[in-house]
Amino acid sequence: MNISPAKVFFASFLVQNILLMRYIGLCPFFGVSTRISTSFGMGLAVIFVMLLATLITYPIYHFFLVPLNLEFLRTASFILVIASLVQFVEMFLKKSYRQLYNALGIYLPLITTNCAILGTTFLVIDYRFHLLNTIIFALGTGLGFMLVIILFAAIREKLDYAPISHSFKGYPIAFIAASLVSLAFLGFANLFGASL
Amino acid sequence: MIIISILLLGVLGILMATILTIAHKKLAVSVDEKVSLLTKVLPNANCGACGYAGCENYAEAIVKGEAEPNRCTVGGKEVAEKIGEILGIKVEAKEKMVAVLTCQGGIEECKERFFYDGHLDCKEANIIHQGMKACPFGCLGLGTCVNVCPFDAIKIDKKKRLPVIDENKCTGCGICVKECPKGVLKLIPKTKLVYLACISPDKGKEVREICKVGCFACGICVKVCPYDALKMEKNLPVMDFEKCTDCGICYQKCPTKSYVDKVKKRPYALIDTTCNGCGECVKVCQFKAIEGKPGERHKVIIEKCVGCGECFRVCPVKAITMVGALGYTKKEV
Repeated sequence: MNISPAKVFFASFLVQNILLMRYIGLCPFFGVSTRISTSFGMGLAVIFVMLLATLITYPIYHFFLVPLNLEFLRTASFILVIASLVQFVEMFLKKSYRQLYNALGIYLPLITTNCAILGTTFLVIDYRFHLLNTIIFALGTGLGFMLVIILFAAIREKLDYAPISHSFKGYPIAFIAASLVSLAFLGFANLFGASL
Repeated sequence: MIIISILLLGVLGILMATILTIAHKKLAVSVDEKVSLLTKVLPNANCGACGYAGCENYAEAIVKGEAEPNRCTVGGKEVAEKIGEILGIKVEAKEKMVAVLTCQGGIEECKERFFYDGHLDCKEANIIHQGMKACPFGCLGLGTCVNVCPFDAIKIDKKKRLPVIDENKCTGCGICVKECPKGVLKLIPKTKLVYLACISPDKGKEVREICKVGCFACGICVKVCPYDALKMEKNLPVMDFEKCTDCGICYQKCPTKSYVDKVKKRPYALIDTTCNGCGECVKVCQFKAIEGKPGERHKVIIEKCVGCGECFRVCPVKAITMVGALGYTKKEV
């Protein structure tokens, strides 16, 4: 698909945000968004893993699976490759970049086989992006994830103090808040003509 | 088709496994053995009471010699001893502390000056005219301490609107003490059972007007304390925990009940018929709770007896028993 990289970026970052528009990757979205600090770490980890994962699965799909007519194997092989890769990177970081490891440490294994990551690797294939757009899409999706999870963590920190009736406390009110934020993001529809 | 797919996935799997195995060997980080051992011993609550970000960081600091090994208040004596074993040195444990609320002014005792309808957070309420409580030093009870406690040890009593600390869960990390904008939370030794629950340095009259349970510095407790453990400073009795024996006389005599006595039931002495009237117990009793003529069976005035057990210890004929001493089992924490 021939589409300008800028459009791809805005589409993945805001217009078709992975959390609020596609509703993929809800487990970290609700699980880790209780504090701004943890959601920031998670966001960084997602950007990092997402870029890595799309970069490694792109050649595997186009140079192995397509020529061999084995497109149906993409789920299994992608999970295998992404999981091993993240494991490897984690070891590498632990050895060489201790600071970065301390910052991302616990989030890396959490996000490894998350549906947001796997979903992105599938989406770039379904949209038939070339390599540049693939990288832009992964970056935009990761940034979008981080933006939304931090926004949402800020909301949830305030929700903690709000007088909410007992039956709505915790996840129920979080889901309601998420859908309202999602509605707000509908306002970005067709921003700069970016849609996929 | 099937064979190719099996082959492809198999090869991929083997490839990844090989890479990971090699990486595991090559990139293995040599963690100091002592650090990992210490991390296992530490409580791993990562509360930060020791001043380090987490238990692992603290363990590293111990091994490097930057931190003393007895900083962990959560683990207390046991952990300190284990750390000593690992390092091969003797470690003296810090006394176990527990957080207490030094304010008893619930909404019944200490009225609210205005209705606060803002964020349910003490720090934010405190900005507005020092909070809605009539007493500017009183607990606001909005639960900032509840939110910051990493051990889930604090709850709000809804009737009184005051936090209640679960002593079994409290580890004495002191986070709530730091976060409380009013400074009404305090760390005291876990073995101490009696403490003053008021921090208002205001003069007697002012305190009396706004709070039913506030200390108005009458000084009765200072006079009545047989162990000299109390001293009047800035309109408040200050307790010397070294001297205090938890007898609870200050709690009993306090006209406003500003003290808190954690002993649920105190024992009292009972003198049986074997008493020969030697009078040793009368001499030793600080509370004048024993009377009787020399040579005759003595009697304990139960209302005055605080159950300190001094007479029990000195009686030469073992005529004294302590009755209803259940409260004292709590002391062996």
